[in-house]
Amino acid sequence: MARKITTNRKLAMTILAWTIGFLIFFPILWIFLMSFKSEADAIKSPFQMLAAPWGLESYGEVQTRSNYTRFFLNSVVLSVGSTLLALAIAIPAAWAMAFVPGKRTKDLLMWMLSTKMMPAVGVLVPMYLIFRDLHLLDTRTGLVIVMTLINLPIVIWMLYTYFKEIPGEILEAARMDGANLRSEILYILTPMAVPGIASTMLLNIILAWNEAFWTLQLTTSKAAPLTQFIASYSSPEGLFYAKLSAASTMAIAPILILGWFSQKQLVRGLTFGAVK
Amino acid sequence: MATAHSRTAARLMVSPAVILLLLWMIVPLGMTIYFSFLRYNLLNPGMESFAGFDNYYYFLTNAAFWTALWNTIALVLGVLTITIFGGIALALLLDQPMWGQGIVRIMVIAPFFVMPTVSALVWKNMFMNPVNGMFAHIAKALGWTPYDFLAQSPLLSIIGIVAWAWLPFSTLILLTALQSLDREQQEAAEMDGASVLARFRYLTLPHLTRAITVVILIQTIFLLSVFAEILVTTNGGPGTATTNLTYLVYAQSLLSYDVGGGSAGGIIAVILANIVAFFLMRMIGKNLEA
Repeated sequence: MARKITTNRKLAMTILAWTIGFLIFFPILWIFLMSFKSEADAIKSPFQMLAAPWGLESYGEVQTRSNYTRFFLNSVVLSVGSTLLALAIAIPAAWAMAFVPGKRTKDLLMWMLSTKMMPAVGVLVPMYLIFRDLHLLDTRTGLVIVMTLINLPIVIWMLYTYFKEIPGEILEAARMDGANLRSEILYILTPMAVPGIASTMLLNIILAWNEAFWTLQLTTSKAAPLTQFIASYSSPEGLFYAKLSAASTMAIAPILILGWFSQKQLVRGLTFGAVK
Repeated sequence: MATAHSRTAARLMVSPAVILLLLWMIVPLGMTIYFSFLRYNLLNPGMESFAGFDNYYYFLTNAAFWTALWNTIALVLGVLTITIFGGIALALLLDQPMWGQGIVRIMVIAPFFVMPTVSALVWKNMFMNPVNGMFAHIAKALGWTPYDFLAQSPLLSIIGIVAWAWLPFSTLILLTALQSLDREQQEAAEMDGASVLARFRYLTLPHLTRAITVVILIQTIFLLSVFAEILVTTNGGPGTATTNLTYLVYAQSLLSYDVGGGSAGGIIAVILANIVAFFLMRMIGKNLEA
């Protein structure tokens, strides 16, 4: 009897959760489906649209209309470039703070975090003028620098929380066994630090890929990533639903797939370790 | 444990990060403060002159500022309300035993990875458009008049769009917190005859308080700077109906070329964000000691 109730309950919960989950996911599913339709069919009512023939024309049109590949490459360069640069600066810093903590380490960490709280709009004007005067507007170099700086505090924090979990005793044990500094780093610390570095990298690429303030302000075409590419559809000519769907699908698919793998790290990274 | 030698090395390792962040903090922010006291328009270069607090005075007495302030607050509170209550409900649901939990989780989390320009344009055109949008088709099928969301309730529509993107974030964090709940305590309370509601009120909710606070604070930081969603859907309009503080500063400085006024607005935005940040930092700082 009791068992039966739990099964019924489980069934009810399953149906409810799937329904809600499906509704939340629906807009993404819908643009994916619409991207395979013709422009004329895309504005029809939902059932008529689904019944219409499928095809890949929209993807071709998006590429010819606005050169998707270039925007995509810019997005990759910006997100991966700024992430690698941030890691290069953050790994030594987080390492030092985790393994050689001083009296002021905590204050330093808090101060780094506080730079992240500054709203972008507070420095919009000077950044725009600096970029204009240094001829960095619409260049990938300029944007990589800005993206590195805005994400640096999160990267340091995430790495710090990961490095902190590596037990210091293991190093002492290795030293007693006669390991020198080189083998210490190479065989003991590196393998233990790699998973943390990888998760940090993943989360940061996602954040940088979707960043839509500086990318919209500081780029126009040459260095513009996918956020700007999609924004160009806000003042369209003629029918454009199918093209917008195809463009959106191509803009979010790579990061959606990465994102699904990084759910756990997301919580940790975005709450600065406050919720694990 | 740490030797003087390793301390010096540690300092060297930390310094690049510190110097970069220090520059990033001081140089542009200092320039903003400086500009905010100048009469400075990009259309009249070389005509800069000291303006005292005039820019602040004009910015604060401009009717658009108060609308923008109200819109900013409404946007933050609206999205927070939806994502906190929705997030708690969803997290509780996802914590129940069910089939295919992993897949439901993936579906719920997906909107968080959609870039702001995509989610805003997709909602605006494919769903809220009064002629060809999904909602219009549904309304017509039911015999109702389609509703022009972004023209008739622009701010509410944007709140809806932003809430859709942030609901996964609150759900995921609350779910993570929920999963660290002491199951035995729950079972003991159940055996003692505590009702579902009492268990939620006295066991689950107190356990979630911390996570809820973190969600509120972090979301507030991000929601104060919502920009792309407004830019691609309404451009702040109709009128100033959806202009928030971030958008107002952008319009003032890069559309009207009023560097002085825009900078004053930027400093006001920084002050407001700092009030929120203060509480957030205290919260995270406490956790660092624990």
